[in-house]
Amino acid sequence: MNISLLLAANSIAFGGLLFLLSAGFALIFGLMRIPNLTHGSLFMLGAYFGVSLIALGMSFWPAAILAAFGVAAFGGLVERLLLRRLPGNELAQVLVTLGLSFMIADACLMWWGGDPISIETPRALRGATFIAGLGFPTYRIAVIVVAVAFAAALWGLLDRTRLGAMIRAGVDAPEMARVVGIRVSRLFTIVFCLGAGLAGFAGVIGGPILSVYPGLDQDMLPLALVVVILGGSGSLIGSVIGSFVVGFLYNFGQAMLPELAYVVLFLPMLVVLVLRPQGLFGRAAP
Amino acid sequence: MTALEVQGLDKSFGGLRVTSNVDLAIEPGERRLIIGPNGAGKTTLFNLITGELRPDRGTVRLFERDITRVPSRRRAHLGIARTYQIITLFPGETLLRNVVLSLLGLSRMRWNPVGRLERQTALIEHAHAALARVGLDHLAGRRLAQTAYGERRRVEIAMALAQAPKVLLLDEPFAGLSIDERRDVRELLAAIPREVTIVMIEHDMDVALDFAERITVLHFGEVVIEGTRAEVVAHPRTREIYLGE
Amino acid sequence: MKRLALAAALVLLATVPFWIGNSYYTNIAAQILLYAVFALGLNVLVGYAGLVSLGHAGLFGIAAYAGALFINAGAGHLLAILGALGVTLVASAAFAVLALRGTGLGFVMITVALGQIVWGVAYRWISITNGDNGVSVATRPAPFGLSLATAPGFYWATLIVFLVTLGAIAVFAASPFGTGLRGTRDQPRRMNALGYNVWLIRFLSFLFSGLWSGVAGMLFLYYNQFVSPQVVALTSSAEVLLMVISGGTGTLLGPIAGAALVVIMKNVASAYIERWNFVLGAIFVAIVIFMPEGLVPGSVRFWRWTRAWLRPRASRPVPVIAPAPQPKKRA
Repeated sequence: MNISLLLAANSIAFGGLLFLLSAGFALIFGLMRIPNLTHGSLFMLGAYFGVSLIALGMSFWPAAILAAFGVAAFGGLVERLLLRRLPGNELAQVLVTLGLSFMIADACLMWWGGDPISIETPRALRGATFIAGLGFPTYRIAVIVVAVAFAAALWGLLDRTRLGAMIRAGVDAPEMARVVGIRVSRLFTIVFCLGAGLAGFAGVIGGPILSVYPGLDQDMLPLALVVVILGGSGSLIGSVIGSFVVGFLYNFGQAMLPELAYVVLFLPMLVVLVLRPQGLFGRAAP
Repeated sequence: MTALEVQGLDKSFGGLRVTSNVDLAIEPGERRLIIGPNGAGKTTLFNLITGELRPDRGTVRLFERDITRVPSRRRAHLGIARTYQIITLFPGETLLRNVVLSLLGLSRMRWNPVGRLERQTALIEHAHAALARVGLDHLAGRRLAQTAYGERRRVEIAMALAQAPKVLLLDEPFAGLSIDERRDVRELLAAIPREVTIVMIEHDMDVALDFAERITVLHFGEVVIEGTRAEVVAHPRTREIYLGE
Repeated sequence: MKRLALAAALVLLATVPFWIGNSYYTNIAAQILLYAVFALGLNVLVGYAGLVSLGHAGLFGIAAYAGALFINAGAGHLLAILGALGVTLVASAAFAVLALRGTGLGFVMITVALGQIVWGVAYRWISITNGDNGVSVATRPAPFGLSLATAPGFYWATLIVFLVTLGAIAVFAASPFGTGLRGTRDQPRRMNALGYNVWLIRFLSFLFSGLWSGVAGMLFLYYNQFVSPQVVALTSSAEVLLMVISGGTGTLLGPIAGAALVVIMKNVASAYIERWNFVLGAIFVAIVIFMPEGLVPGSVRFWRWTRAWLRPRASRPVPVIAPAPQPKKRA
């Protein structure tokens, strides 16, 4: 039973990490209506940025934040220079993000090499914490705390600020938002930066758990995809729930049914996509 | 026996009742005009008749046969043809090809993956004839994208007529046409034989008035007035609906 | 004129092993042809049906894996090929039924999910697929006793398959069914109103497309005599989509040109440029943004533009408000 508890704790921690990754994806998807296929590579890019910053002497948390800003800036460039040239053409935008993901992944390979690099757990969070007589890795608990903090912050942003209101308007009723005078294109840039930054931050946070290696992007992107499709796009609560569901499916799936681990993950996603074809992608048919 | 009959038709989108308890009985060979202000639910009614929309309640009958449950793609085979408010033809194809596509839709040949379409002489001659009927055969080889709007409207009507329909539904056929083009279309419609029952939607009453024998007026999804042309024109409510806009 | 060009091309293709240099280049030519089969098959969906699939590598891989497993279980080559194609058709049917629940982007994402499931099975179901280690096949077939073990031999076999594919798809495109399919791409609602069964047309086209992906998969299996999960990864689906898009979706030549471009870049360029994926991604992005209709039509457009620009001033047509498409004058 200890193992199950440990698995459960790891699943929750992984769910927290996935939330940080997927929240950005969900925002971009909800507002811009495109599944951002660069999201996995942005996660990886952030992790690599973190590696370099730490190697330069920065400590963990500042490195994570700076890396997040770096990835956010990069995301902004992508949105303004590339995606903006294809307004309204969602399919083309998705293809661009796909091509970009290849470019980013290969660039990372070029710069940081092919060997996996681990990010050391910050000193203060090493070791185990004992809860009810059971030991859990302290860092994983920290990840959960960070994820919860970000969830709260995002909720605050969306619910309490003007920017948040504009984002929600853009997600729920894009035509109306434009008519009312919301500069939707500027909103796109802001949200894309925000989503990219979150992904980059998540990459560094995930470093001590997953380490950083070529192919990390291809491992993480499908997970973000599943979370958003199961949890619903543009819905914060959906991302939270989806992240934890996927966290559990992934960890328990790997442990109990290693041969069908991916099937366990993608089958629910397929089922949802097939049963609700209009609700998720594209606007409702005329 | 009525050609087209609709009973108790209801359709709502969310909370909005777009079609409200509509009854319609159209006799074979009749020329019926359906008018009403924007948003009255005219096109929705057409969509319900052709099956593109499923009614919440009510029935649709074609020559006494209940077709409410018949999928829309089968209704073309049963003799319903329609045109659209916004022309949705195939801009990259020639006029001839456009008509061929509409003929093919009713022919077994549409499932043939090996024969060359160019070699189906019967089909192609038929298409030429359909174009000639609307006076456009001389442009048969021209790409649709390179024709004038009025010509496209006539191609659309040619395609609908090529289907040899029993009931022809025309959705605002005069929209966007110049005065000359309107005259052309009017002549075209007048020449259609009585085997074809025609129901037309128009927004602008003046334009379609001489076409109509009976008129149905829709307002907020309901039938508010119905009768012969003279009756409807004289009815005070008609003026109210239109002047009230 | 066109016939002459075609005949010349055919002669060129048939004699490739003699003029292309050495067996390395012959092999590349064979690769181009096999990927051209794959791209032509995908183009049936992307170009003619207007349905973009990012999961077609799944069907390609299913054929290769099925073929490999049949062969290693003792089946003869003919039986293995037929079996693999049969399995691919069944898989295509399953893919189609699920993917056609969505349209546009929804269709794409369902194909992504399906491709990922296939990849997950290939990668993880080690007892069947050997996971990352892949499955090897000891021999190539020897139809009528002719060996395909040599580069020229395999090339000619691939050429024959390619020509059959090209012929089949050309016939399909010119047929009433093919024309109807293109109609559903442009105006699905109108086609429905005209009496066509749009879903069934798309479903059957998906099967047709899957069949050629399966053929290509078997060619791939025999070429490499090996198949691994990389074959069904998302990058592989993206690569073949790039082939179709870069060449141009509206034509028969487009996917072939696209396949040539991608294979040449991948093999030859990677001797000079270290990072192939980067270039692949960059080309993808550039084409989607600047030449969305693809290289073949885009080049034609570019060529016409250059010619018009080079004409002496006096005879250059003065554009009125917006240049309207000029009606083509056929010689």
